[in-house]
Amino acid sequence: MIDLNDLEKKINSELTTKIKKSEIKHNQLYLYIDHEDLIDVSLFIKSNENTKFRQLIDITVVDYPENNKRFKIVYLFLSHEFNQRIILSYLINEKEVIPSLTSIYPSANWMEREVFDMYGVKFKDHPDLRRILTDYGFEGYPLRKDFPLTGHTEVRYSEDQKKVINEPVKLEQNYRNFDYESPWEGTQYIKEQSFKDKSSEQSIKDNDKKN
Amino acid sequence: MTKKTKTLNLNFGPQHPAAHGVLRLILELDGEVIEKADPHIGLLHRGTEKLIENKTYMQAVPYFDRLDYVAPMNQEHAFALAIEKILKIDVPIRAQFIRVMFCEIGRILSHILNVTTQALDVGALTPSLWGFEERETLMTFYERASGSRLHANYFRAGGVHQDLPRGLEEDIAKFCQTFPKIIDDLETLLTDNRIFKQRNVDIGIVSKQDALDYSFSGVMIRGSGIAWDLRKTQPYDCYEQLEFKIPVGKNGDCYDRYLCRIEEMRESVSIIKQCLSKMTRGPIKSNDGKISPPKKKDIKQSMEALIHHFKLFTEGYRVPKDEIYTSVEAPKGEFGVYLISDGSSKPYKCKIRAPGFSHLQAMDYLIKGHMLADVPAVLGSLDIVFGEVDR
Repeated sequence: MIDLNDLEKKINSELTTKIKKSEIKHNQLYLYIDHEDLIDVSLFIKSNENTKFRQLIDITVVDYPENNKRFKIVYLFLSHEFNQRIILSYLINEKEVIPSLTSIYPSANWMEREVFDMYGVKFKDHPDLRRILTDYGFEGYPLRKDFPLTGHTEVRYSEDQKKVINEPVKLEQNYRNFDYESPWEGTQYIKEQSFKDKSSEQSIKDNDKKN
Repeated sequence: MTKKTKTLNLNFGPQHPAAHGVLRLILELDGEVIEKADPHIGLLHRGTEKLIENKTYMQAVPYFDRLDYVAPMNQEHAFALAIEKILKIDVPIRAQFIRVMFCEIGRILSHILNVTTQALDVGALTPSLWGFEERETLMTFYERASGSRLHANYFRAGGVHQDLPRGLEEDIAKFCQTFPKIIDDLETLLTDNRIFKQRNVDIGIVSKQDALDYSFSGVMIRGSGIAWDLRKTQPYDCYEQLEFKIPVGKNGDCYDRYLCRIEEMRESVSIIKQCLSKMTRGPIKSNDGKISPPKKKDIKQSMEALIHHFKLFTEGYRVPKDEIYTSVEAPKGEFGVYLISDGSSKPYKCKIRAPGFSHLQAMDYLIKGHMLADVPAVLGSLDIVFGEVDR
């Protein structure tokens, strides 16, 4: 095991400008880079004698829809030799295509497919970029924050057509997301309902004024 | 004149008893030799990660039981540890021992299932009958502690839900006395069995380099001779205080992985014994009223406890803004939780790193050049559970 501070210094001195920011939290090293430098940085941390991060643990994305650079791509690396972990991340916008790590870490194949499936982030030079977890013919990117929890379609067997069909989701009850920070204001769907009956509310207010 | 040959495409699964769940494999066969395997997964995809984003931290725990449903508590452990690290709360020592003990019970549960079903896949019926009897006993322990045989929902950030009921510790100790004999019995059936060896030795060999390249962990990496166990290398909870060995394979084939699992079960029994002997009376969850629910008795007496109770079960506790990856050595390998909190009472993002996902990915590489009959053997030794692969 080598000291994380030494590791941070080492990586910073070798990669200098490629590392935008680095910090140590929870006994792990967090590195922030630009997406153009991904291949260089990962090649370095994999092959360098003093780092040897030879295992890619996972790739994931965090979605911040309000940001201009909406997606934060996160790579988790593990070094068995030095018993350390690196969390590497960078920001991209919705349209950007990012380099694939499959040539350096073969295990990136399915991880990138999952990222593509869940967030719609595209990878350059990926050998087989298909959807992986969702159903055949699925549309949309379910883990994006603007994708509804209930989804858009539901599947059922239709007795008339004698086959499984997709149709828009119909729910007996809305998904209730209570806002506990201001419990007395009610939940979102009640607010929406009352918005519809605003005319009636207005008349109540007018009545109040008269009184 | 050269003979024209054509490869045959075979659809294996998704409803196949040897597919260990809902795996669909598209195999490309040349005669009986496999040229390519393309696993289609996701048939059990439930969107766990999306659901967790919409639940409070406490409500998210049961989703972890439903990932690898043969060893539920090991997964809860990773999530509980992640929250604890962000909140910087200490876990009472008794709770640590209880958690580690139940994680080891989970390991035995998972390994029994794997070893015996692998034997079933290659033609031996008896081990599964013997093994499942023991699993039932272990699940009774789960039930007595948590109220549920499978989906325990027992671990909490800061400890466990409730203390062990009276008599459970003694019964677990009794189990530890009898269980090694069962492992011996299983071994007499399998370890030197000619058919079992013919089906497993030199099948699905993983080299050290490939184990690293394909992100293998757990038994899959230890079977190839890399002594890597998160319980030793990055110890969590009270694993530092316990003594255990890490069984390591030599050839990296299905048979070595089987042997590793058998040895790990023996080590787990020893860990459970140590936990039982080191466990002392004491609190089983953090005494921070903002995180752990108050006692029923206090709710009747104290206004503060009542408010805490109400707030905890409506709003839940808030977790400060942070980003963390924590992992545990689950029976199948490194199970990790990458958690991003935003200061509210719900996780902003919770990525689950399932070991089976990486292992199944290597299916194509493992099975290439093998015979069709080796598919169940390799699949069995990968130890796949679809709950965690598909999430």
